[in-house]
Amino acid sequence: MGIIHTSRIKSPWIIHFDNSSCNGCDIEALACLTPLYDVERFGIVNMGNPKHADVLVITGPVNYRTARVLKNLYAQIPDPKMVIAVGTCACSGGVFHNCYNILGGVDKVVPVDVYVPGCAARPEAIIDGVVLALQKLAQAQGVAK
Amino acid sequence: MAPRTIAPFGPQHPVLPEPIQLKITYEDEKVVDVLPAIGYGHRGIEKACELNEYPKNIYLCERICGICSCIHGITYCEVVERLWPVEIPPRAKFLRTIWSEMSRTHSHLLWLGLLADAFGFESMFMQFWRIREKVLDLLEMTAGQRVTQSISVIGGVRRDLNGEQKKKCIEVLKEVRKESEALIGVLANDYTVKARTVGKGVLSKDQAIALGCAGPTLRASGVCEDCRMQKYQAYGDLEFEPIVETAGDSYARAVVRARETLQAIDLQLEALGKLPAGDINVSVKGNPPANEAIFRSEQPRGEVFYYAKGNGTRNLERLRVRTPTYANIPSLLVMLPGCELADVPIIALSIDPCISCTER
Repeated sequence: MGIIHTSRIKSPWIIHFDNSSCNGCDIEALACLTPLYDVERFGIVNMGNPKHADVLVITGPVNYRTARVLKNLYAQIPDPKMVIAVGTCACSGGVFHNCYNILGGVDKVVPVDVYVPGCAARPEAIIDGVVLALQKLAQAQGVAK
Repeated sequence: MAPRTIAPFGPQHPVLPEPIQLKITYEDEKVVDVLPAIGYGHRGIEKACELNEYPKNIYLCERICGICSCIHGITYCEVVERLWPVEIPPRAKFLRTIWSEMSRTHSHLLWLGLLADAFGFESMFMQFWRIREKVLDLLEMTAGQRVTQSISVIGGVRRDLNGEQKKKCIEVLKEVRKESEALIGVLANDYTVKARTVGKGVLSKDQAIALGCAGPTLRASGVCEDCRMQKYQAYGDLEFEPIVETAGDSYARAVVRARETLQAIDLQLEALGKLPAGDINVSVKGNPPANEAIFRSEQPRGEVFYYAKGNGTRNLERLRVRTPTYANIPSLLVMLPGCELADVPIIALSIDPCISCTER
């Protein structure tokens, strides 16, 4: 257990990708970073570059056009990585499940580690999802949190 | 001559949380050409609305966009009420106005924060979002949800405001007004903010009219056009004057939105004071007749247009939505060429793009 393993769990960097969400979960995911919820106190920083990220936060259902982008983004994140599907749409397609341009939940395209339901998912639920993902990552690495 | 380079801006970009791609051709840091590629956010909501029953569509329409969801739901109800037609009680009209303006306040505060983030003023971004949380708390207290409120039903509204909630709303709104005023003073007068926004992305009055822009983008170019001037809902009973700036640059667009934030709070306070007593909804039974209706209302980003066609059955035959960002994206093609590459995020953000609205 080296310093990289420990710091990955103590200070995970996240990247956010909006598939074709209604923005509801996006603004809630952003609200997590702002003073009321302030996840930065746990060392969580929002990154723009997939190559710097540990955790991929996905909102919205996958449609035919974003599927390729999402696969590409997932492939660019270095291992070990965690994927969190935020919101009912990202989990299963939600209200859009029978729309003609929708493939369904995020798990149709990339493997998902943690599902956060809710429309829109509340910031508390998103933080809880990130904590669960980190526990999973710690277990996978054999590091005690 | 320097070689030309093409850089993709999106569909995943830290400044814009939403998926849109701008293919930017540049030469020595100067942008030469811009080609937007849209379609990443398309779900097919208009078609899905034809498959659902009338009351269920309210929830689907609210999910066209999560930021202006409240006004989407209200506009859908207004257009469907015009198919019968149904007249809603005055108290419901006032309540719809109050919730519309509350969602405008939160949307503008969100945008002002994102703008501050785009030019790297991190603490201002945090401050605007801190104030915004108070408005979200009010929405949660009155409507039951932070983001998608679903307060509107066909024939009125779903919830009423009691005396205690009204008192709390007035108290918090006054506090929000005071805090935003202080912060907007910084935004409007700060040297670095001005250096990054003044004269960037100028859109002249004639260009804005020719491109058919909407909302604050149009008003910042000196055109006095606002759907609230139609005096729908309770706007006829309130003191309302559209906010217009003439410079047409990113700074003017920021100032229009900042002033509209304060105006929206004033409108809410006035509407809360004048709130008439009475019922909050009328009972609407059966299916609307075969008929067509349109309705336009003012969203935080501009004019939203709804067209509905009923055929006497329990489903709509057609629903058409025209959203403000769809009208504003062409203005980027005029504003971006000739600007510095580093100014692209600010100019792209200055039209307040809402891609999920545009593509539905």
